Amino acid sequence: MKFFKNKRKEPLTDTQLLMTITICIFVAMYLLAMLLLQGGFLHAQQIFDLLNDNASLIIVSCGLTIVMIGGGIDISVGAVTSLVTMSSILYLNGGGNVFMSVLLSLGIGLAFGLVHGFLISYLEIQPFIVTLAGMFFARGMTTILSVNPQKIDNEAFNAVRESKIEIPWLGYVAKNGNLVPARMELGVVIALVCVALVFVLLKFLKPGRNLYAMGGNQTSALMLGINVKRTRFMSYIISGVLSGISGFVLMLHTGAGNATNAAGMEMNAIASSIIGGTLLTGGVGNVIGTFFGTLTLTTIKKIVVSSGLKDPWWQSITTGGMLCFFILLQSIVLSRRNKK
Amino acid sequence: MKENKKRFLKGGLGQLTIPVIAVALLVIFNLIRDPGFFSISITHNNYGNAVLAGNLISIINGASELAILAIGMTLVTAATKGQDISVGAAAAIAGSVFVKVLKSASSISVGTVILAFLCAAVVAMLFGAFNGTLVAVFGIQPMIATLILYTCGRSIAYWINGGATPTVESPIISAIGSFAPGIPIPMPVIIVIVVTILFKLLFHFTSLEILTQSVGINQSAARLNGINTTFIKLLSFILLGVCVAVSGCIGVSRLGLINHETLLLDVEMDAILAVAIGGNSLGGGKFKISGSIIGAYVIQMLTITLYAMKVSSTDVKAYKAIVIVLLVVIGSPVVKQRFQKFMGNLKKGKSETKGVEGA
Repeated sequence: MKFFKNKRKEPLTDTQLLMTITICIFVAMYLLAMLLLQGGFLHAQQIFDLLNDNASLIIVSCGLTIVMIGGGIDISVGAVTSLVTMSSILYLNGGGNVFMSVLLSLGIGLAFGLVHGFLISYLEIQPFIVTLAGMFFARGMTTILSVNPQKIDNEAFNAVRESKIEIPWLGYVAKNGNLVPARMELGVVIALVCVALVFVLLKFLKPGRNLYAMGGNQTSALMLGINVKRTRFMSYIISGVLSGISGFVLMLHTGAGNATNAAGMEMNAIASSIIGGTLLTGGVGNVIGTFFGTLTLTTIKKIVVSSGLKDPWWQSITTGGMLCFFILLQSIVLSRRNKK
Repeated sequence: MKENKKRFLKGGLGQLTIPVIAVALLVIFNLIRDPGFFSISITHNNYGNAVLAGNLISIINGASELAILAIGMTLVTAATKGQDISVGAAAAIAGSVFVKVLKSASSISVGTVILAFLCAAVVAMLFGAFNGTLVAVFGIQPMIATLILYTCGRSIAYWINGGATPTVESPIISAIGSFAPGIPIPMPVIIVIVVTILFKLLFHFTSLEILTQSVGINQSAARLNGINTTFIKLLSFILLGVCVAVSGCIGVSRLGLINHETLLLDVEMDAILAVAIGGNSLGGGKFKISGSIIGAYVIQMLTITLYAMKVSSTDVKAYKAIVIVLLVVIGSPVVKQRFQKFMGNLKKGKSETKGVEGA
């Protein structure tokens, strides 16, 4: 109890402050969309759609947040996700069973994490270059496996894919009088579990706390007796495994493997983490913030589409503008705090 | 390239160990695989000019845009300890402006091409200044600041020409993109040489090089010594903007059209890679432009080698990744230390390994 008491007295930390800003902006934006655009935004299904479509992005962003808190970067996540979907689908179409495909996904992710982690922490190579190579390798392997889009053709997997969680009390009554329950895909549950696990890791477990210390100041962390190399190694392994899970979730969502799957996902994930208040310099960040960062990023795209700006370039221009806004906001907030 | 090599050997290898080893390995590998790989022949192109052809020429020609971008990227990396990931998108914008101006002119003469290029350069420099302001004034990490333009740059390019992919047909444009009449060397190669010389002159007549290095090595110390760190950082981004404009215009001239989606796609990653292969630390500080340029040629040579081995263009990335990992593992400080312990003090120059912390 003493721990909590002490904590209350302290002002908000950087991490909490940035996260609070993000959550406030997300809520404000969503309420505004509800008021002005109405339509789909009034139904709870809209939120679930956001989650359904972006479960894999959420998972990947969690991994990236961990790496970024440790002061590194992993730009291979999108490519690994794509490779996992392609290889799992080929395996399933070849008559494999679902359980083994889960293991395969995790295995591929773990393999990438191990190689990245080893090269970065034990051979001290720049993380950007290592994970860039990982990205090239994964993208190349995906096209080597198959250039053509693959459609899933496995009954057991399709059964899993079709099973959705229905929440009747959040549904709405359609025009023909039937109640349409809110639908949530299995992937969302996996994503939420991942967020919760990463939250616990970062908040309460020793490796997580070590990670913050290492990202904040590597030399002091070393002097505190933290095994910096092992901590960094671990962060890349977790990111790799989460990319594997994300690939499986993406497959659950789309049911198809394509060489262009998850294209640009790494940048979306980085953007989500940044909006959620993670700093690329390390030491600051929170997975709950990242979760809301992802939602903010995807909500703005949805708002742009539903407000009638159908041209594809509007989406990226507004996303860029919003990123600019968040980045400037964070920079100003942090510099004002530092001056005090 | 031979000329480059000689210069480096004279000045000691130092940070150029990796790129030179990479070039040597690739050359040896290709010579073993196909002794005639580097042979150069003279052919006649559609316009009836005598031009050089061969794998070596296509390597040097193909890497032109990348080499120019690598020059600017080296400066930004050295000054700001981070990288600009928006160069591809910015090049698409510059290319679109280039085409837009050319299209609005009634006839295309040398004057209009120069005007169009100047417009493109100004726009690219403005976008560079935007990135630079975010980095230098607001203190945002370069990768994050440039993520904004990376996200929306190609859409802005799309918007400039109203979504179309207009073509420009003119002998001048095709001369810039391939061969000028009477000159057997590809025009982009000449442009690279000119840009490199201009940068060398800039470093020679101003103290930009040492200022950039000092800002990158220790920003607060540089400021205490009276260096305007904000300006140096901003300037590095603006100079990168010029490089972006040049390579964007070359890219447009090669095809004679602007495709905002595919022009110099993924070039930012290759440019950063070229900087790293060139032995420059991605954590800023000391830099060698020549290293980055060789790095660009290494990447292109690797790509052409893989094409020559009948690897399809989509699969090239996987093999490229393996070679990159091999290169960086050879160049990694830990491996170097082990190697040095093993070999004794064979090479004293090697111990000057740079810091390893990347962005």
